[in-house]
Amino acid sequence: MTTHTTSIRVLIAKPGLDGHDRGAKVIARALRDAGMEVIYTGLRQTPEMIAEAALQEDVDVVGLSILSGAHMALVPRIREVMDAHDLQDIPLILGGIIPDEDKVKLAAIGVHGIFGPGTHTEDIASYIRALVTAKTTAANARTDSSGGA
Amino acid sequence: MSDLISGVLAGNRRAIARMLTQVENQPAGVDGLLTALFPHTGHAWVIGVTGAPGTGKSTLVNALTKAYRERGQQVGIIAVDPTSPFTGGAILGDRIRMRDLSGDDGVFIRSMATRGNLGGLARATRDAVRVLDAGGFQIVIVETVGAGQNEIDIVRAAHTTLVVDAPGMGDDVQAIKAGILEIADVLVVNKADRPGATQTVRALKTMLDLGHPARLSTSVGHHGRMLPVASVPAPNGSDFWLPPILSTVASDGTGIDALIEAISDHRDHLEHAGRLAQMEQAQFAIEIQERLRDHLMQRVLQQVPSDAISSLIEQVQARHLDPQRAVESILEQVGFAG
Repeated sequence: MTTHTTSIRVLIAKPGLDGHDRGAKVIARALRDAGMEVIYTGLRQTPEMIAEAALQEDVDVVGLSILSGAHMALVPRIREVMDAHDLQDIPLILGGIIPDEDKVKLAAIGVHGIFGPGTHTEDIASYIRALVTAKTTAANARTDSSGGA
Repeated sequence: MSDLISGVLAGNRRAIARMLTQVENQPAGVDGLLTALFPHTGHAWVIGVTGAPGTGKSTLVNALTKAYRERGQQVGIIAVDPTSPFTGGAILGDRIRMRDLSGDDGVFIRSMATRGNLGGLARATRDAVRVLDAGGFQIVIVETVGAGQNEIDIVRAAHTTLVVDAPGMGDDVQAIKAGILEIADVLVVNKADRPGATQTVRALKTMLDLGHPARLSTSVGHHGRMLPVASVPAPNGSDFWLPPILSTVASDGTGIDALIEAISDHRDHLEHAGRLAQMEQAQFAIEIQERLRDHLMQRVLQQVPSDAISSLIEQVQARHLDPQRAVESILEQVGFAG
């Protein structure tokens, strides 16, 4: 009998000034229903608050919901602050209406998971699962190779 | 010593966060890490905060933490929320009410899901408290929804337990059920600016007068009812601790200083006449018993093939065997029966 199970932990944050958190809440519920532990931080989070929460909660993934159009100001800044906190290994995913040319720029800083309106919530859950599996595999490979050296 | 342990002892926040994940996931090897941490624990004062949903526990923890920070204390917080029994997922939203605490390196907040496992949660919480304790936090606050044995087990691991109620939560007697009241060292009526606060305080006072072990000794039976004896001096300062009832408005800080004072009084009470040592002894006795039970159960279940257990269950269901005999049969198979 094992009394504990491992769960995927996701931080869902709403940075910036727009007050539309319905999308973020829908995603939080959907990920909970997909068996994940979702830490929801509420509205108007600064990049520093998001990085701090990601660190303390030791999450696997950070999901951002931005509907203000300020994603090009916020996302690179959040990545920067997270990296400064030594959180390079925690991937960012993004929800909102993001123009294609911005997607290219965001991909350049490592943000690949971008989900626009109409995305099925199951697709987001399976994207997160795949991200976490890839991360775990990479971490294990690093441990194995350093153990062999 | 592993990097993780030296990181925790140095107060490195990433190390503390990772160690807390280990405590939650219980991978192989975590016991060794906890063994290394244990000698560095026992310094923090642990405050349990429990009460029905909607009483403002998170806001109260936020206000308490700010007050402790003003007094130069470092505060670690473990906020426990229930896991959905259907999906295994959870939404952990306590940070929403604690945003005042962001950007302060003297505060560490960790959300934990119950993960729906009886017993295991109390263990994970105790271990998480030890991680924060070893990480140098002088105050550790554990916040849980007061809705069952699990939560009572958790707050039993605390030094001072606050039970939080609020006006308008419906039937007060229902909100603070038997069992929850007995564990209270301090009763807090939060949202005291709302209508009905006086009645809530009165209802709690009545329940305390009737039911609390410390109060009982100050009461006499009269026609089968326990009546308080006015002439007996308040037993605080003697062997008894009478849980005070305090009114707060956590959202604007009203009553928080008095609450800090009550917690400090309770601490003084425990630190007097060897009571703290006695309490810790009782807590360790319970913990060792629980760990022994879990460990034995795991060992036994590992040794018995699961189809053997399924077959026993079928026999019980067919009324060929009673549950007690089924247990004895399992024990015989692993050589426990005498």
